Amino acid sequence: MIVHPPPQLRLGSLDMAELVVPNDLRSAKAPESLILGELERNGYDGDSIFGLKLALEEAMTNAVKHGNRGDPTKHITVRYRITPDRAVIMVADEGPGFAPECVPDPTSDENIERPNGRGIMLMQCYMSRVCYNACGNEVWLVKDRADPSNPCCEGRLTAG
Amino acid sequence: MEQPSSHLKIRHADGVAQVEFADRKILEELSIQEIGDELDRLVEGTAGIRLLLNFRNVDHLSSAALGMLVTLNKKVKERNGELRLSDINRQIFEVFKITKLNRLFEIHDTAEQALAGFSRR
Repeated sequence: MIVHPPPQLRLGSLDMAELVVPNDLRSAKAPESLILGELERNGYDGDSIFGLKLALEEAMTNAVKHGNRGDPTKHITVRYRITPDRAVIMVADEGPGFAPECVPDPTSDENIERPNGRGIMLMQCYMSRVCYNACGNEVWLVKDRADPSNPCCEGRLTAG
Repeated sequence: MEQPSSHLKIRHADGVAQVEFADRKILEELSIQEIGDELDRLVEGTAGIRLLLNFRNVDHLSSAALGMLVTLNKKVKERNGELRLSDINRQIFEVFKITKLNRLFEIHDTAEQALAGFSRR
């Protein structure tokens, strides 16, 4: 299907595959398997695949647990387009959304011993760009093949 | 002495509980709660536990696993125990560095190095 990613990602229109899965963590594994297979077929290296798997897992977990609040009647929509040059993945839940900029820094001294709050940071570190829609219930993960594999956390979150 | 466990291989030797994960993908979200519960039982059953988690079988983990480890570390400290991690591969160690949890946990390259530190106590 033809999709229009958020304009700040400057991706234009994309022909993306779509999967809709029930809102549980086991079902959330199905898109991951398909996307990882596409990454391998397109020749992504081990470090890139590690980072994309981690980012996707964090996005899916956030959607199931926080976005849809574990509600089994809700669904997760995943869209993806994997080419040799770039991986673009969107994960959307049916929740009210959130403000990602308000999530506290999990590496600060006062938060370092909190069990939660590291998922968004990891997505930002391993992806070239991370972008949310205006209400925050749709996250876009972009990994440029040319981007160095070593993660960096500076300036990766693009305002939605 | 080795005890059977669904997610963990636990070996008690020289006053240290040495734990390995039974599956490479065990630290994924689906299993985290169960693994955390197993480790909790281990910690609660041994006052002042000296616990070594060996990551040599683990090739992936998520923030949920990190959260479980943070909670476990607090529980071990509260009970005057000591937790060490070892044999963490390069990709996973990068996750610890990004989240700065390499400063919170005592991480050793190998189980032998971690055990040597325990024995000096």
